[in-house]
Amino acid sequence: MVKYLLRRFGFLILTLLITSMVIFAATQLLPGDVARVILGREAGEAALQALREELGLNDPVPVQYGRWLVNFVRGDWGKSYSTKSEIRPLVIGRLRNSLMLAVVILVISVPVAIFLGVVAGLNENKWIDNVVSIASLAVVGLPEFVTGLVLIQIFAFRLRWFPANSSIRPTTSFLEALPMLILPALTATLVLLAYIARLTRAGVIEELKQQYVRTADLKGLPYRVVIFKHVLRNALIPTITVIAISMGWLISGLIVIENVFNYPGLGRLMVFAIDRRDLPLLQAVTMVAVLGFALSNLLADILYAILDPRIRLG
Amino acid sequence: MGFEVDVRHTSGSVDGQPPSTPTSTYIQLAGWTKVVLFIRALLSKPASALGLIIFVVFLFLALFGPFLAPYGVNEQIAADAGQPPSAKHWFGTDNLGRDVFSRVVLGAREILSLAGFGTAIAVLFGTTIGLASGYIGGWFDEILMRIFDGLLAMPLLLLALLLLGTLGPSKSSVLLVIIIVYTPIVSRVVRSVVLSVRQRGFIEAARLRGENLPYLLFREILPSVLPALAVEAALRFSYAIFLVASLGFLGVGVQPPSPDWGLMVREARNNVNQMPWAMYYPAAAIAVIVIGVNLLADGIKRVLLESK
Repeated sequence: MVKYLLRRFGFLILTLLITSMVIFAATQLLPGDVARVILGREAGEAALQALREELGLNDPVPVQYGRWLVNFVRGDWGKSYSTKSEIRPLVIGRLRNSLMLAVVILVISVPVAIFLGVVAGLNENKWIDNVVSIASLAVVGLPEFVTGLVLIQIFAFRLRWFPANSSIRPTTSFLEALPMLILPALTATLVLLAYIARLTRAGVIEELKQQYVRTADLKGLPYRVVIFKHVLRNALIPTITVIAISMGWLISGLIVIENVFNYPGLGRLMVFAIDRRDLPLLQAVTMVAVLGFALSNLLADILYAILDPRIRLG
Repeated sequence: MGFEVDVRHTSGSVDGQPPSTPTSTYIQLAGWTKVVLFIRALLSKPASALGLIIFVVFLFLALFGPFLAPYGVNEQIAADAGQPPSAKHWFGTDNLGRDVFSRVVLGAREILSLAGFGTAIAVLFGTTIGLASGYIGGWFDEILMRIFDGLLAMPLLLLALLLLGTLGPSKSSVLLVIIIVYTPIVSRVVRSVVLSVRQRGFIEAARLRGENLPYLLFREILPSVLPALAVEAALRFSYAIFLVASLGFLGVGVQPPSPDWGLMVREARNNVNQMPWAMYYPAAAIAVIVIGVNLLADGIKRVLLESK
C-alpha cells in the first residue's frame, strides 16, 4: 500500500509539472508585449524597457518559467496587472468560497444520486428505471447556465424562496451564505445527480448478474442481505471513484454556475482575469484549479485502492 | 488516469471505455446502401430518430436561415423595442428592438458552423496525428502523447478559458481553441484503434508489397478506424456546441453583435423581468440542439460500435 501511494504521489507531481508547463506556455501565446499591455499605448520606450527588466521579460523563456514555478511553490504568486494588489490572498479567499459551494453540492447530490441509481438498477427496465434514465439523459446534456436560469426563474422570481444573486462578502460566514448557496448548488446537483445515478445504475446491474449473487440468493439469504452485503459493496466501488473524479466536471461547472449567480468564487475570478487580460492572475487561478483537480484524482485512487485490494496488490 | 473516466464526455470516449474494435457490417457495404441502412438504423429507435430530426431541422435553419428570417440580424426597429411575442414578432423583440425570432434563426448558422468547422479540422488533424503516432510508435509517439497528457490533465473548459485569456475573445479564437482542445482527444482515440490493428496480416502484406507510409496509413489502416472516429466526431461536435454556447454566455467567446445564442442569453439577462422572451427563446434553442445532437451521437454510437 505504501509503495502504491508513493508511486501514485510521484505521478501526481509529474502531472502537475507538465500541466504547469502547459499553463505557462499558453500564457506565452499572447500576441504583443506584456509591458505595453500594462503601461498602455502612450508609454515611453524607457519606461517599457525598465518594466521589462523588472518583470524579467528579457530573460529566455525557460528561465522565466523556472522563476515563475519556484515563486509559485514558495507562495509568491506576484501582483495582479489589473488590481495592482497581491494575488495570493485574493485567490485564497475565492477558493474558500468555491469550496464552500462544492461541499454543499456534494452533500446534496451524492446521497440522492446513489439512492436513485440503486433504485433504478434494482428495477431494471421497469417504469421507475425508465423515468430515472430518461430524466437523467435529458438533464445531463443541458448547459449549466440554461438550467441555472430556469431555476432562478422558478425559485427566485416566481416563488421567491431563494435570492437570484449570490454575491456574498468575504466576511460572510457559511451559515449566513447558505440560503444563497442553495440555488447554485441545485443547478450543479441536477447535472451531477444524473451522471452519478447513471453510473451507479450500471454498476448495480452489472453486479446483479454475477455468480456470487446467485449463490447468495440460492443459499437462502434474505433479499435485503444479498443487496446490502453483496451487491452494493461491490457496485458502489466505481461510484465512489466517479464522485472524486467528477470534481473535474465540478470545476468546469462551477466556472459557469458562479457566473450565472454572481457568486464570488474562483470561476468568476477566472473570467474577470480573462476580461482584463490579467495573465498572472489567470495563471494563478488555473494552477489552483488544476491542483484541486489533481488532488481529487489522487483521493479517488487512494479510495479505490482501499476498497479494492486487487488494485493495490496487483 | 483522470482523463479516461470523465463526466459528460468532456474528454475521450463517453463511458471512459476504450473504443471497441470495429465489428460493424457497415464497413463491407458500399455507397448509398450504407447510407440508407445507417439512417434506417438511426430511425429505428425513438431517441436517435428524434435526435436526427432535431439536427436536420437546425441544419436546415443554418443553411437557409437568411431566406426564413423576417428581419435582419441587427435590424433595429426602435418603435417595437421590448415587445412580447406577437404575429409581427413571433418571439418578441429585445431591448434594442431586434427581432428575437430572426436572431435565433440566424444564430443557427453561427453556432453550427463554428462547432462544425472546429470539430472537422480537429478531426482531420487528430486523425493524421493519431494514425502516424500509433503506426510509427517509438519516440515520436512517446513525446506526442506526453504533450497531449499535459494538455488534457486539466478540465477542458479550464484549458479553453486559459487559451482564450491569452488569445483574447473573438470568433477565430473560439475556433482555434476548439481545434487545440480536440485534436489531442481525437488523435488518442485514433491511436488506440491503430494499436489494435497494427499487427494484422493485411497491413504486414501491404508493407511487404512496398507501399509507402501515406498509403499504409490512409488506405490500409484508416478504414478500420472510421467507426470509432465517426462516434468520437459526433460526441466532439455535441460538446463543441455546448462549449461555444457556454463561452458566449461567459462573454469570453464570440463578441457582440453576433447572434450567438449564448451571447443573446447573456445580453438579455439584465432585462429578464421585463422581457423574458428575449432570454428564454435562445436558451431553449441551445437546450433543444444540445439534447438533439446528444441523442444523435448516442444513436451513432449504438449503430456503429454495438451492432453486430
